[in-house]
Formats: sequence, structure tokens, C-alpha cells
Amino acid sequence: MDKKSFTQHISQQYNEELEDILNQVMTMGGLVEQQLSDALVALIEGDNERGEHVVTNDYRVNAIEVELDEACTHILARRQPAASDLRLIMAVIKTITDLERIGDEAERIGRMALHLLDSDRRRSPMAAVESLGQHVRGMLRGALDSFARMDTAQAVRVAQEDIQADSQYEVIMRELMQYMQDYPKSVPRVMDVVWSVRALERIGDRARNICEYVVYFVRGKDVRHTSFEQMAQEATGDRH
Amino acid sequence: MYSTESAEYSETVTDRDASTDTATEPAGVQTPEAQAKVLVRDLKLWYGETQALYDINMDVVERQVTALIGPSGCGKSSFLRCLNRMNDLIPDVAIRGRVELDGQDIYAPHVDIVQLRSHVGMVFQKPNPFPKSIYENIAYAPRLHGIAESRSQMDELVEDSLRRAGLWNEVADRLDTPGTALSGGQQQRLCIARAIAVNPEVILMDEPASALDPMATATIEELIDELRHNYTIVIVTHNLQQAARVAGYTAFFHMGRLIEYNDTDTLFTTPREQKTEDYITGRYG
Repeated sequence: MDKKSFTQHISQQYNEELEDILNQVMTMGGLVEQQLSDALVALIEGDNERGEHVVTNDYRVNAIEVELDEACTHILARRQPAASDLRLIMAVIKTITDLERIGDEAERIGRMALHLLDSDRRRSPMAAVESLGQHVRGMLRGALDSFARMDTAQAVRVAQEDIQADSQYEVIMRELMQYMQDYPKSVPRVMDVVWSVRALERIGDRARNICEYVVYFVRGKDVRHTSFEQMAQEATGDRH
Repeated sequence: MYSTESAEYSETVTDRDASTDTATEPAGVQTPEAQAKVLVRDLKLWYGETQALYDINMDVVERQVTALIGPSGCGKSSFLRCLNRMNDLIPDVAIRGRVELDGQDIYAPHVDIVQLRSHVGMVFQKPNPFPKSIYENIAYAPRLHGIAESRSQMDELVEDSLRRAGLWNEVADRLDTPGTALSGGQQQRLCIARAIAVNPEVILMDEPASALDPMATATIEELIDELRHNYTIVIVTHNLQQAARVAGYTAFFHMGRLIEYNDTDTLFTTPREQKTEDYITGRYG
């Protein structure tokens, strides 16, 4: 399936409405990616200005989500979409929910970053946190890219990257636990790092969700709560 | 049943076994795995020189609603009319292939068409009550078929038919008024009551709600949903949402061919054929 197929309705107006929705999803995705990117700079480098920017900017993500929900409701009510159009609308509704939550996680990271002192940063495994951050950011970008291209093979590859995100998360958490045991007084501050790392891990999960919606939309197969092998099979095999 | 010669019947069954070979089914057509009430094999139809149906293979599932959809001229109404031999009335029609009701070939030479149509009733697009009283509209066919013997039996049958069609409460006190005096939606339900008065097994409906307003349409759809428990229903509709609402199975016809036949949920969310997808999503085919 390719994007062209959304320009082939007999109703030109319908084509435009679907195109607008797809473009808006991409705009929202780009904004969320930027929020995450800024939140990471704030967290790793202690750039408080960026941190504040992320916190105040979250409303923009929310506003696009509301707008897109309305546009999808409009399509459902007015067009009664079927087949791939219906799957597209379902995928969009679910994708923007995950994007909005990723935005919330980015905001959370930005807020935590404002609490941290440079001394906290020196004591925390920041290099590992940054690596995890860049990894999930790459996943988010890949998920959005696979959505834009309706590329199920890429969606499967990106989803599989969640394994690595989870294992990086485990390693960092072990390290932070150990640190808190060794320096109990540091617990309140290190908890901010713990919450941020947890937020990054959740972003990986949500990027994976978006990849699953891409497979649903393109192949008509629901691959949530299945193994990566099954997902890969559904994404590449016959649609039926 | 309606075949007068049992020898004919046994011959039919033998032939049927040979013709159910799955290799003869066109690509993309999957018949549901359930009890078939009406079985269609290699059905072809011509109007004079023009072929209107090509090799239709389809099992209509018992006590289910099956919707036939497709663009104008795709053959869905021609197909529907083959199921109770309504096409016999049209000059220059040629039909080949096999249509079976409960295993009996309805095109066999000795089939009594009047009997057949009491088993396979039909409701048309435009409500067409007889220019008689409401009571007589219902009583006419049962009297013809000798179904009710006494007046009280007939009264009972009329009431029962009108109740099944959801019309009784609206007309109980004026059974002697003309059927044509009812509203469009009521007339259509009267026609449905008339069809079920002879206790058919299959009811064919050709765009039964297309001339009705949304409220009357909703009433008819509700009625179809209730009738489904006792009858096998085949409905032709141009309204895709109506097919999605009422039918358990949906068949998509295009240019005289059955392109796809599947359960309605699957057909409307993940159709197998691009032609189906293009049609139900309103794309250029």
C-alpha cells in the first residue's frame, strides 16, 4: 500500500481530508520528537532553559491531539470509512494517543531535569542514560518514518529495537539501585533520574505500539501482544 | 417438495457432488463454512447476446442474512432473481448452471414454479401491495396454496404474519382498509408479511429500503434482523452501510462476476480483493 491510494477516492474532498489527517500526524510526530530531543539535552547537559521550554511546549502536542481526534470523529461520522480507510483512521486514533503520551514522558523528563544538580549528574550513569535516550529517540523517528511510508518491514525492525531499549534500561536501573544502596542520602535526587530512565523505557514501548499500528493498517492484522516472529510473519506474509 | 419426480431429484444430487469441486471456484471467492441453504454452481446468465453473469459459485448460508453488493449493472439483481426463477418471465433469457434449494435443483424440468416461489419469497424495491384490503393482501397467497382451511385459521395466519412483520399493532383495527393507503414503510412491511404468510424458507429482498426514509429503513432493518432467526434472507442493496448493519455475509459482484464473498466483518475491514476495496471505499476502480 502506498500513500497514493489516498488520492484515489471519487470524492476529492475525502482525499483532502485524509491527506490533512496524515500530514497532521506527521506534524505531531515531528513536534513530539523535538520535545524528546530537547528533554534529553536538558537532562544530560543540564540545560534548564530547554527543560522549561519542553514543559511549557507540551500544550502544543495536546492541542494537535485534540484537533486530530476531532478530524477522525468527523471522518467516522460523515464518511463511514471502510477497509483500508477504516484501518487508517483506527491506526491514527491509536497512534496519536501514544504520541501524546510520549509527549507527556518528554515533559516529565524536562521537569526532572530542572530538579537535578550538576553533582547529581556526575554521580549518575549519564552516558548510559544518554545512550538509551538516543536509542528510543531513534525508535520514535523510525516508527514515524514507517508510518509515513507505510513500510511494514521497517515497522518490524523498529519494534524489535525495543528489546535493546529494555536491556539498556535494566542495566541502568541496576546501577542506580546499587548507587542508592551505597549512598542512601542521595535517594531523593537519584529518584528523579530513575523516573526519567523509566520514562525513556516507556517511550520505547510506545514507539513499538506505533509500529504495530502500521502493520495493522497496511496488512489488516492486529499484531499487538504477539511475538516479534509473529509480527514479522504478518508484516511480510500474505495478507490473508 | 416442489419437484414432482423423485428420480429427477436423485440425479440432481449426484451431479451436485461433481460440481462442488473446489477447483472450479474462481480465485478470491471463498464460500463460508456453514450449512448451505441455497447452493449455486457455475451459474451463467445471458440477456439475448449479452452475458450478465459468469460462473457464479456461492453457498447461501441457512438462517443468515446475505447481502449482495456491487455497482449498478454488476449482476446482483439478476443473480437474486435466479434464486426463485423470476428471470423466467423475461424473454430471451438463457440460464446455465445449477441452483439448488436444500439439494434440489430448482431449474429441473418438473419443478412447479408457483410452489418454488412459496418456498422462496420475494420483496421488491418499490412496495407493491395488491389493490385490496390489508387482510386480503396477506390472505391471497395462503388461499391459493390452500394453507388455511377455515376462516378462523386464516384470521390467525393473517395476524401471525402481520405480527412477524412488525405491523400488527399499527393495522389491527383497520384490516379492511386498502393496503395502498398505508405509508411507504408500512406498505413494505405489508409486502414482507405477505411473503412470509406462505411460510417460505428463503426470502429474497431487492433494495427493500431504498425508497424509504431513515426511520422506516431502520424499522425494516430491525425486522430483517428478527426474521433471520427463522428464514434465510438474501438482500440486494446499494447502501453499503445497510449491508454492513444487517448482513452476516456479504458478496461483492462486479461486471457479472462474484469477486469476493466473505463474512461481513472481514469484507468491510480487510477485503481480500483490490476491486472490493476500491468499491467499498469509494475509489476509482
